[in-house]
Amino acid sequence: MGHPLVNKSPDIIIVGAGIVGAACAAACARGGLRVLVLERGPIGGGTTAAGMGHLVVMDDSEAQFALTSYSLRLWHALRPQLPEAVEFIACGTLWCAADAEEMAEVRRKEKFYSDRDVRVEVLDAQGVAQAEPQLRPGLAGALCVLDDGVIYPPCAAHFFIELARQHGAEFRGHAEVSALLPEGGVQLRDGSRLSAGRSVNAAGPWSPALAPGLPVRKRKGHLVVTDRHPGFVHHQIVELGYLKSAHSVSKDSVAFNVQPRRSGQVLIGSSRQFDAEGTEVNQEILDRMLRRALEYMPSLGNLSAIRVWTGHRAATPDKLPLIGPSAASDRVWFATGHEGLGITTSVGTGQLLADLLLGRPPAIAAAPFAPARFAQGGTFHD
Amino acid sequence: MTETVQINVNGHALVVPVGTVVAGALAIAGVTQFRRAVGGAPRSPVCGMGVCMECRVTINGRAQSRSCQTLCEPGMEVRTDE
Repeated sequence: MGHPLVNKSPDIIIVGAGIVGAACAAACARGGLRVLVLERGPIGGGTTAAGMGHLVVMDDSEAQFALTSYSLRLWHALRPQLPEAVEFIACGTLWCAADAEEMAEVRRKEKFYSDRDVRVEVLDAQGVAQAEPQLRPGLAGALCVLDDGVIYPPCAAHFFIELARQHGAEFRGHAEVSALLPEGGVQLRDGSRLSAGRSVNAAGPWSPALAPGLPVRKRKGHLVVTDRHPGFVHHQIVELGYLKSAHSVSKDSVAFNVQPRRSGQVLIGSSRQFDAEGTEVNQEILDRMLRRALEYMPSLGNLSAIRVWTGHRAATPDKLPLIGPSAASDRVWFATGHEGLGITTSVGTGQLLADLLLGRPPAIAAAPFAPARFAQGGTFHD
Repeated sequence: MTETVQINVNGHALVVPVGTVVAGALAIAGVTQFRRAVGGAPRSPVCGMGVCMECRVTINGRAQSRSCQTLCEPGMEVRTDE
């Protein structure tokens, strides 16, 4: 099963041990490839540590649905293997509707998901109040997507690296890559080179630094976590109100998004900002985000926030990740650009990447994610 | 004569001087375990000034309240994590 790297260069070097790179490593190693993972910081310590850990099936596009629903199936299949520390909760997602207009969106989503065999349930005003008593009274209803869930992402990244190791992969920390080489392999910051059949850029928001011109932009987000109040919320709860705010002139946006943690803590999101490179907390955005949360759930105001932090998502112009070979060289591949869905889609990405590398037929169409679609560059529409 | 206030601690009546904080009342009552850490370890106050968060108890139904920063009020319901 294992292939010691002592005398032979790896088939694949994966740059980045966030949850995406880690899941790619696990899938490639399980497929029999010799894998080396390089990471400059901690495993799952970048974008992965700033994600909510929401496992969610999305309906933005057929391609997004295909990747997220495939990934959810893989997560559920992995469940028996996941260590306790990954804190899997099968809590479902509650998309809540404030008014009749949003209730129409609940119906549209219900049909979309039901037509594709995703288990959903429509809740009316009374149903949503019973399901989540902390929500403000008077909401119109909600759509519950039953098989969505929650995990603790950094521990999931560790789990995938461990799985990769069990299949012979090697992990090297404190390894900062400065270039992925078109002839195969990578160059490290210290000037040394490591050869390999292929290399994979899984550096998330930092991937453009290793691939000049790559249309991936940093999109900053804020998170707040409260102290422990077990049973305060039961589902991942997200507002449908983004439908209206999507037309807002401001490119900075906030949305109500809360999540129960195993510890009883409540994780509160979310915000989106382009052109905010730093990791400092932006008080104005934080205020807007918490006000939005309090509009939907006034009793959150009785809880203490014990930590606020930020991170950057890797956004692409068409909201789909880049998975596969670069346009320039078949020896340089990508697994990046997952924006806010990388925790969910890490497993699907790893499987798809491994299938492509090994020449196996992938379970979902690879074309929508082919990096070559941006061979002429890409334009962002904020 | 000192004015007093009666509160309830874990269902038992307790009379303390007006101006006593809940952490003080719990000390008077002989409570040593205010809460439990995530791992189950018993915890009790350290700083007495609202910083260490070790003195959290449930006050009038509100969990995670800092007992050292809350004055006793008549009829107050206090629950420690026994």
